[in-house]
Amino acid sequence: MRRLTWFNTTSLTLGFAFLYLPMVILVIYSFNSSKLVTVWAGFSTKWYGELMRNEAFLDAAWVTIKVAVLSSTFATVLGTLAAYVLVRAGRFWGRTLFSGMIYAPLVMPEVITGLSLLLLFIGIGLDRGVMTIVLAHTTFSMCYVSVVVSSRLATFDMSLEEAALDLGSTPFEAFRLVTLPIIAPAVISGWLLAFTLSLDDLVIASFTSGPSATTLPIKIFSAVRLGVSPEINALSTIMIAMVTIGVISASLISKRAAVRQRLEEQQAVRS
Amino acid sequence: MRRFALIAIPYFWLLALFLVPFAIVFKISLSDIALSIPPYLPQLDLAKGWEGFTKFLGALDFENFEFLMMDDLYYKAYLSSLKIAAISTFLTLLIGYPIAYAMTRAGEEWRPTLLMLVILPFWTSFLIRVYAWIGILGQEGFLNQTLMFLGLTSEPLIILNTPIAVYIGIVYTYLPFMILPIYSALEKLDNSLLEAAEDLGCSRITAFWLVTFPLSRGGIIAGCFLVFIPTLGEFVIPSLLGGSNTLMIGKVLWDEFFSNRDWPLASAVAVILLLILIIPIILFQRNEQKQRESEG
Repeated sequence: MRRLTWFNTTSLTLGFAFLYLPMVILVIYSFNSSKLVTVWAGFSTKWYGELMRNEAFLDAAWVTIKVAVLSSTFATVLGTLAAYVLVRAGRFWGRTLFSGMIYAPLVMPEVITGLSLLLLFIGIGLDRGVMTIVLAHTTFSMCYVSVVVSSRLATFDMSLEEAALDLGSTPFEAFRLVTLPIIAPAVISGWLLAFTLSLDDLVIASFTSGPSATTLPIKIFSAVRLGVSPEINALSTIMIAMVTIGVISASLISKRAAVRQRLEEQQAVRS
Repeated sequence: MRRFALIAIPYFWLLALFLVPFAIVFKISLSDIALSIPPYLPQLDLAKGWEGFTKFLGALDFENFEFLMMDDLYYKAYLSSLKIAAISTFLTLLIGYPIAYAMTRAGEEWRPTLLMLVILPFWTSFLIRVYAWIGILGQEGFLNQTLMFLGLTSEPLIILNTPIAVYIGIVYTYLPFMILPIYSALEKLDNSLLEAAEDLGCSRITAFWLVTFPLSRGGIIAGCFLVFIPTLGEFVIPSLLGGSNTLMIGKVLWDEFFSNRDWPLASAVAVILLLILIIPIILFQRNEQKQRESEG
């Protein structure tokens, strides 16, 4: 490998500074004791205290987590099923339409998805609330899950499953005992992706939620429209910290799993 | 039987919650606004049987689309969305390509870390990342304070609530979508090709233009579509950073729906946006297909 030229070093430095500096500034200002976000008046954690006492934010956070857990779980089941159909089911009537419906939501502008789902819910007379947001989030995030899972399924050695079937297991057992453990990493990352997509969504939730259910992004958006506030900075810092810890620990776990697998394989070869 | 159930569950889910809603949007775009719940007419009255259905069909018209053509607010919004999406896609490419390129030039042991650093912002809230710029770009924001402290400007620059802030916001939030496909295209590049080009007398820059750049074209195209398509209907960035000066169609649709409560017109805006998007979406699918075929 050649050494990095000055050009490459500068573009990496500037690029990552651009990606991370705004978030660093946000985090720093969340510890500012002044109400004026622009003036530094000393270190303080009082905005975190204020945040913990803000009932409206806590309620919205609870609704958001409920929606995210439910919708990402449904999306993982449906998305894995859809991926299985895409990769394994062969030809069936309307296959092109099916794969189109899997890929189209990935690039569909959120305003259109939100509007169309809302009109559907109104049309069939469904009351808007937590349930309608869950339905909406499940629908768009199952497509992400199925893209992630189908790329793993495509590289999967089918003879393993056939061997299980030859040895007398039912198709369901073969899926549960052979296929699922192998595609599990993709299924888990699909769930995580669906979970963060749901946590993050403002537009679709705004269309499909009713007055009874306000999610955190909706709450943040209406607060932010009035300008910068230290409480939102504190909330953002907590969310950034959670994501960072989550992503880093997930990558450490998968790295460790890979190392262990390699050791086991080496031992198997030796014995 | 089991195979049928396996296919049917996700199939019908998507039909009911993805395709049928679009049919409803299309139908309502042909309806008229009304002071009722829901706020549009005509309503299909199935109790009246066939007669009710024909009466319902007769009341649908293209008035909303005619209105969209007549009022120049709308086509200006479409044009300005296209312009903003095109320019910011180009800017993202300009900034993203060198980063992706430099990542593949970095040592093998650094790459997983660099890759994670690009992916990490993608997992953090989109809303928060846009929000961060409000505090930076404002009149008394971090950028202006720094510039004035350094004596580079005597008066605060007005950036927030202008199109420039929208460009910054789009480039910032969509940068990972550009870097990742270009990175994966460049990573597959065989280094011996470059060495061969240099052995044959190319300078490093010529070798880049003749070898590296053409071979990364698939990644560039994918990245550009991944930025361009969602940007066209973007709502959050123009409404938080663009102020009232920036006209984008996603925001027009939102206001038409939530502020004016004109659901039929909002649906008509959505139908036209969808028609505009079909071309780039099909081109994107074709590019992906080609990539997959060349790999497999």
